[in-house]
Amino acid sequence: MLDRQAIADRLAGVGYVADAALATVLMLMDMLQRPLLLEGPAGVGKTEVAKALAAIHEARLIRLQCHEGLDRANSLYEWNYQRQLLAIKAREGRDADDTEAHVFSEQYLLERPLLAAIRQTVPPVLLIDEIDRADEEFEAFLLEVLSDFQVSIPELGTVTATAIPRVVLTSNGTRELSDALRRRCLYHALDFPEPDREARILLMRIPGIDAALAMQIARLMQEVRKQELSNVPGVAETLDWAAALVGLGVSRIDADRAVVHETLACVLKTREDHARISREVTDRLIGKVA
Amino acid sequence: MPALARREDVGPAIRVRLAGFVRTLRDNGFQVGLAESGDALRILSAGAFARPPLAKAALRSLLCGRRSDWDAFDALFDAFWTGRRVKTRVATDGAAQTSQRTMRTLATQSGGDPAGLPIDVERNNASTDTDPEPAGRREGASRYESLSRVDFRRLADPDAMAQAHALAARLARRMRVRLTRRDRVARRGRRIDLRRTIRASLGTGGTPLVLVRRRPRHKPLRVVVLLDASGSMSLYTAVFLRFVHGVLDCFTEAEAFLFHTRLVHVSDALREKDTARALDRLGLMAEGVGGGTRIGESLATFNRWHAVRVIHSRTCVMILSDGYDTGPPERLASEMAALRRRCRRIVWLNPLIGWDGYEPSARGMAAALPYVDLFAPAHTLESLAALEPYLARL
Repeated sequence: MLDRQAIADRLAGVGYVADAALATVLMLMDMLQRPLLLEGPAGVGKTEVAKALAAIHEARLIRLQCHEGLDRANSLYEWNYQRQLLAIKAREGRDADDTEAHVFSEQYLLERPLLAAIRQTVPPVLLIDEIDRADEEFEAFLLEVLSDFQVSIPELGTVTATAIPRVVLTSNGTRELSDALRRRCLYHALDFPEPDREARILLMRIPGIDAALAMQIARLMQEVRKQELSNVPGVAETLDWAAALVGLGVSRIDADRAVVHETLACVLKTREDHARISREVTDRLIGKVA
Repeated sequence: MPALARREDVGPAIRVRLAGFVRTLRDNGFQVGLAESGDALRILSAGAFARPPLAKAALRSLLCGRRSDWDAFDALFDAFWTGRRVKTRVATDGAAQTSQRTMRTLATQSGGDPAGLPIDVERNNASTDTDPEPAGRREGASRYESLSRVDFRRLADPDAMAQAHALAARLARRMRVRLTRRDRVARRGRRIDLRRTIRASLGTGGTPLVLVRRRPRHKPLRVVVLLDASGSMSLYTAVFLRFVHGVLDCFTEAEAFLFHTRLVHVSDALREKDTARALDRLGLMAEGVGGGTRIGESLATFNRWHAVRVIHSRTCVMILSDGYDTGPPERLASEMAALRRRCRRIVWLNPLIGWDGYEPSARGMAAALPYVDLFAPAHTLESLAALEPYLARL
């Protein structure tokens, strides 16, 4: 089992800048074998955590994107009905028992993320993204799979996990999750990174960015996020914007204000936000951070 | 926390302390089970978490289940492990307090953290609190929080309770009838469930005689009640509370919040079947009831922390308030606008409309009015009942 510092170092190695609390909780995941529930606004890098976790363990990342109406067939397994029907037609006249055994074999089983996750030889990272979008019934079913790590397929028998996956669940908080699920999971609330950490993220991800510029961008983003926007820009937007500035050859954000204002508009995704961050506002914000 | 410093010290003493800590968390609404207590002990006994800050971070991840837990945890942890005794539940803002403070300063420090979480701190005998506002005022808002605890038990008059429930049940029925009719129209876009159809066809030799169809599930109308429990509303609080209890009981999906200078989520307390116990629990949560009003700020708290969770597209928000606000009216207007964008309908029931010659002239009320779908009087159960046809049409 890796200790906190080792996890933090390895995360940095794969391009994810984690704070101490996150490294702690990732260590606990291994120690207590519990899933991790990440909650936070959109764009703070919840999904990135799972990707980085997979990278540091050199494990496969299996992703289950939740949506309304997600059910067993879409998440666990399904029989390939079309092929089964074809096979039945093709084998017409042969022994019925034989045909049945044939069409309910492994060959016709469509593996969905949850089943795939427990049938790996190396423990994978299972990312259950936006669990709050799935229905409550699915949540209960998921809880069952997560506690037993075995699945029974009536036609094939029980499939037991060959490796216990590391499970990361993310939620945007659009629906209240059940107490049972919350209790089962470790919990970590992710927030937008503080300027210092965001600057380090920029330095790590954008090749050729100047340290001073990264810090300025990070501090300006912090001010922008305070502006009561209807769509608060996330870390991904910061990265895009920084890449744009670097590409345009801007070295200091207070040097070329017109370009900064025009490109800053790229991170604002609604009309009202555009109207709210006018040229004057941009100038004021730049004045604050420069 | 020197006891945590060495591994061999994790013995009976720390077990007892940990059990006490877990109990404190449960009292504060944390969902902590036996398995979690066991894992907490494992964390404390692991060498990696010997230092208190590390143990705190680790326990926080383990024992918290939601954002409000997460925000309250640090203060509770410090209060429990750094020597302050934990006795009486007092509703304060969630801001972490490390130093010894009187209840008074804790309670009047509003505006920091928005969630309005109850935190256990020691009730300091030295604080000489007196209710700054006389009870039973009818008009005007006050900036102060009342520290007196309103005894909600006197509201548990069985007859009045039964009437309120009957009314709420009638409303719930009316609103549902309307819903079912809507649902039938939406069923046109149904599709065939291939999996179930083929499963069903096994009995008929593979020929799909029975088609299994899927239809979109309908979301029942959800009612979210925001009840103003400030001093200026004190004459009506009893009536409305009974009504809210009835609403929570009868509607399949309903949430209730109480606000004065802060916002408190009271659904769980009010959902208690036993009325006396429900009101008892409410009494604990609603410290400060009967004080001033900050509608705009309370709505901001609601929009920021609760709205995503409790509001969906089929939600009717019902605000029961007289609209006397001590905050700036612009704030109230902008928060109302934000709320308007989220939910389907906003109903504002104002007890003052019943008065002769009433005009919605309070600045707050005037600011909020453009965003309200139904603005109606409500001061007694009878007047609520008179609203039935209007509410049923929503």
